[in-house]
Amino acid sequence: MLENLAAPWPWYIAGPLIGLVVPLLLLLGGKVFGVSANLRHMCAATPTPERWKPAFLKYDWKKSGVWNLTFILGVFLGGLLAVQLIGMPDAGAHISDATRSDLAALGVQEFTGLVPTDLFSWGALLSPAGLILIVGGGFLVGFGARYAGGCTSGHAISGIADLQLPSLIAVLGFFAGGLLVTFGLLPLILG
Amino acid sequence: MKKENQVTNPAKSGGAAATAAEAGPIEHPLALLAYLLIGIYLGVIFVQSEVVSWFRIQEMFRFQSFHMYGIIGSAVVVAAISVQIIKRLDVRSATGEPIRLNPKEWGDSKIPAARYWIGGTLFGVGWALLGACPGPIFALLGSGITVLVVALLAALAGTWAYSILRPHLPH
Repeated sequence: MLENLAAPWPWYIAGPLIGLVVPLLLLLGGKVFGVSANLRHMCAATPTPERWKPAFLKYDWKKSGVWNLTFILGVFLGGLLAVQLIGMPDAGAHISDATRSDLAALGVQEFTGLVPTDLFSWGALLSPAGLILIVGGGFLVGFGARYAGGCTSGHAISGIADLQLPSLIAVLGFFAGGLLVTFGLLPLILG
Repeated sequence: MKKENQVTNPAKSGGAAATAAEAGPIEHPLALLAYLLIGIYLGVIFVQSEVVSWFRIQEMFRFQSFHMYGIIGSAVVVAAISVQIIKRLDVRSATGEPIRLNPKEWGDSKIPAARYWIGGTLFGVGWALLGACPGPIFALLGSGITVLVVALLAALAGTWAYSILRPHLPH
């Protein structure tokens, strides 16, 4: 059903709709759009003996985080509904020819779905490349987001929308790191 | 009724986290339902606009399509205009509270803005490797790419590692 809503939604529809999340959260309860805080809430909510818990994780996560954890549960359900009702987007087939040939030159073979299954699957976890991408990438996303005090939502959208200079610096960092991987590390990892 | 400083969060300098962490008591069930619905709305857009795709992130970092720049750029414009309207008109939230966006703090390290560019660069490395930032991790899991649960656990490990190392890192 709903096939005529199939991906990819154009940027000029998707971008403004994403931007509206910022005022929706502010108007509803004065909440600031920032997803990575949930990683901290989840760590804080993990039952751990007090002496093993770093000070940064000792706070009332229920009071500060329940709204955001509920919100991110919604994002999970949204991903589920999107695929069930509309269908799995074939992003691998929608990307530009230039990207496709660059990635093919690096050895990527699967160009269907949202992620290349030769790198992102349970089997891929057994290969050094899959392990670095999934575990290494995930670790740095968590570490870097908390160190920088926000991720793409908190800095690139909420922070820059509020004209915060620290957020602009963080976003420049995001790109510096991303370019380093794309043009420096990825050829080594996939090579 | 002023409610300033009602919550002294131990991690005041947690940036976006602390900002989000400042609001009042646990929400009304109806408010939670609203947050859930906004999340579902965002998850659907995330997937169908393909911003959760590793392929699209690669395309972005290779500057080979306008797609991701258009999405992030127009999202920022809409958010910025909304924030300005809310601030200028002094709009209150549905719960009647004044809406405040706390400025990000500069930190006290001798290295200027250390946490933002060092933390930001580390995040960028992770973003390009995984092809997903925190929001998309959850949307991808929902879309049925179950191996992302390993990425989520790794991200939680990264968050925990930061929490341990925090006192020793320049901010």
